[in-house]
Amino acid sequence: MSGFEWIVPVVLTVITAATPLVFAGIGELITEKSGVLNLGVEGMMLVGAVSGFIAATVTGNYFLAVGAAALAGAIMAFLFGVLTLSLMANQVATGLALTLFGVGLSALMGQEFVGEPVQALAKLDIAGLSDIPFIGPIVFGQDALVYLSFFMVIVVSWFLYKTKGGLILRAVGDSHDAAHSIGYPVIAIRYMAVMFGGAMSGIGGAYLSLAYTPMWAENMTAGRGWIALALIVFATWKPGLVLVGAYMFGGITILQLHAQAAGLNVPSQVLSMLPYLATVLVLVLISKDQSRIRKHAPACIGKIFHPAA
Amino acid sequence: MSDSGGGTPQLELRGITKAYPGCLANDHINLKIMPGEIHALLGENGAGKSTLVKIIYGVLEADEGEIRWVGDLVSISNPHAARKIGIGMVFQHFSLFEAMTVAENIALGMSGRQDMKALENRIIEVSNSYGLPLEPHRQVHTLSVGEKQRIEIVRCLLQNPKLLIMDEPTSVLTPQEAEKMFETLRRLSSEGVSILYISHKLDEIKALCHKATILRGGQYISECDPTKETAKSLAEMMIGTDLRAPEHHQAVKGGAVRLKVRNLTIDSDVEFGVNLANINFEVRTGEILGIAGVAGNGQIELLSALSGETRSSDVEAIMLDGKSIARLNPKERRDLGLAFVPEDRLGHGSVPEMTLAENAFLSGYSRMDLMNSGFIDNGGTAHYAEDIVKKFDVRTPGISHTANSLSGGNLQKFIVGREVLQNPNVIIVAHPTWGVDAGAAAFIHQTLIDLAEAGAAVLVVSQDLDELFAISNRIAVISEGRLSVGRELREITIEEIGLLMGGTHGMGEPVETPHVA
Repeated sequence: MSGFEWIVPVVLTVITAATPLVFAGIGELITEKSGVLNLGVEGMMLVGAVSGFIAATVTGNYFLAVGAAALAGAIMAFLFGVLTLSLMANQVATGLALTLFGVGLSALMGQEFVGEPVQALAKLDIAGLSDIPFIGPIVFGQDALVYLSFFMVIVVSWFLYKTKGGLILRAVGDSHDAAHSIGYPVIAIRYMAVMFGGAMSGIGGAYLSLAYTPMWAENMTAGRGWIALALIVFATWKPGLVLVGAYMFGGITILQLHAQAAGLNVPSQVLSMLPYLATVLVLVLISKDQSRIRKHAPACIGKIFHPAA
Repeated sequence: MSDSGGGTPQLELRGITKAYPGCLANDHINLKIMPGEIHALLGENGAGKSTLVKIIYGVLEADEGEIRWVGDLVSISNPHAARKIGIGMVFQHFSLFEAMTVAENIALGMSGRQDMKALENRIIEVSNSYGLPLEPHRQVHTLSVGEKQRIEIVRCLLQNPKLLIMDEPTSVLTPQEAEKMFETLRRLSSEGVSILYISHKLDEIKALCHKATILRGGQYISECDPTKETAKSLAEMMIGTDLRAPEHHQAVKGGAVRLKVRNLTIDSDVEFGVNLANINFEVRTGEILGIAGVAGNGQIELLSALSGETRSSDVEAIMLDGKSIARLNPKERRDLGLAFVPEDRLGHGSVPEMTLAENAFLSGYSRMDLMNSGFIDNGGTAHYAEDIVKKFDVRTPGISHTANSLSGGNLQKFIVGREVLQNPNVIIVAHPTWGVDAGAAAFIHQTLIDLAEAGAAVLVVSQDLDELFAISNRIAVISEGRLSVGRELREITIEEIGLLMGGTHGMGEPVETPHVA
């Protein structure tokens, strides 16, 4: 087996790179399915990351930490909701502003915590199972949030396509006027979807500050919120494909890091570009099939809903 | 059941008033519907029918007035409440979700939980028994307008309502299908279901309805017994002035062929689309050719092939004034004098969020010469738009208002006017008067006839046979992507056309559709 030991650590790092994207992507997917485009994912992730980190250092309780991250993300999203859903501000502009606001707010909140260490989120350790070569550490040796991310993908798929609630959510995103005329509370449903999206982004951010690199640094999301947004289009708004996309992106990120470490004779900047380049390429390829996009893209995305007449 | 002398009304409205900023949509309206009564609500676009009906269905709240349901004062705060007490509604502008299946759409319109399997079976059962066939698994965006309307109707029928509100339900059905639906409505009526029926087809109201309430400009005008009125007297009550029927004209014999389509064959690129097979027809100068057919039989595909949105690989397939246009794009076709009024007014015929002036520019800039070395000639554009508004009686506060602020009939007049003023050689018009009131419809018909008399070739695609009979010189029928031979108006009856429209489509006996090989 010598020569293949590197596979396990690579897979492990791919999982940690992908998990925040899965959370943010799956949350924003619900937001977008309801017909709202929230470009503030990056900002919500940052505020979630710093809130989770503060709660963890102050209380030492990781349940509270993840809860605080989710709450912080949801509050940010609520703010976005008030502006775009109640006050009918432009969603694109408000989302961009939310990201800028999140960058500043998280830096302010985390000022005294920069560089402080925190215990990394505990990994599962089941005697026997976790020791199985290859499969053990990968399947049975992850932290709780990794399992939660997979669970959320399943729950969201089930909700969207198997429940009446999911049907109503998709209906609101497909035609808010029709949903309104049949009698569904469009604005209330969108508030819930937006806040779910915020909470998931917050947890995605907290994964970075509690597990990926257990520390707080300004701007530590480094553009992952934007990747999560792109992933949704990449996945043509399907939860399962968000997972696939997140792992593909995570995989390329890690592989290029390893390639750089191995001293591959390619400028490191080019290698750093790879994950983004791959994302764009796949996006283009997928956009070629218009009927598929038509089927799954929420038709009302980004449109302001006026409940009058 | 037509006797509605005594007893408690199923629904009674007293003094319903609703004001919008700058406009009184409903001004103390009274309405009384007895159990089992089919009650017509008549009025032009903008008369306040839609507002009134939305108040009954709980989409809007009245400022004043009371609603009594079987004698009890009720407040209907939302559509769920309306459905709960037994009110169902078929919308004019469909309340459908394009990216979903038929079954999902129907589930959304019903309160409470549904078992999808059982629901699908009920959809098939109910839709077949009422002659409105539906496939529960089809995606709505692949369906035609007519098929979409079936979903709305079936959605209501599934809920066993006590009062059914129908906003122009037959505008996209064949005469046979409409007759079948009347039977359904009469059956529902005899079972005690009240029906509030909105339609612009006055003959239909005379044949079907027991009572009619007429609205004009937001006010209650009168209640009458439509069986005792003529279509003309009803229309005059509705618009408040004398109505002029379109003056029929005789096509000049042997005029030059302006639009010629030869063996046009196109495979649809949409899932469940209709393939066009060997379409042949020609339209001569001074002539109006009507193409009848049930929605979803290739009209969409034919229209987009003619407009240039889909192109044919066969150069000879479409000729305009002797020149091949089969491979030209829509703009190049426009430049050669082809004008086009599409089926979908908002979104296809106009950009909803843009102003009337901008919409006028977008379609007419090259024919009307509204561009100055790359810059928009604002003065010329405004003049052109003002001209449309004035000549075509478009009721709008001004050309700086957006297209989606206009009512359906007014926007249609604007779009028809925009195309007609470009002085086209050939004009293709899809469903010119769908959802348009009688006054505006008569005006649009007269406009098309005048245009033909001035030498243009006019092609009208419509599902409204009365309309085609009123204005066409020849009529052809499209069924399953094949077009029958165009026949002179006096050689063909409405029944024959109905049979051709049935074709091999739907549940009837298959009938061979003649077509030119």
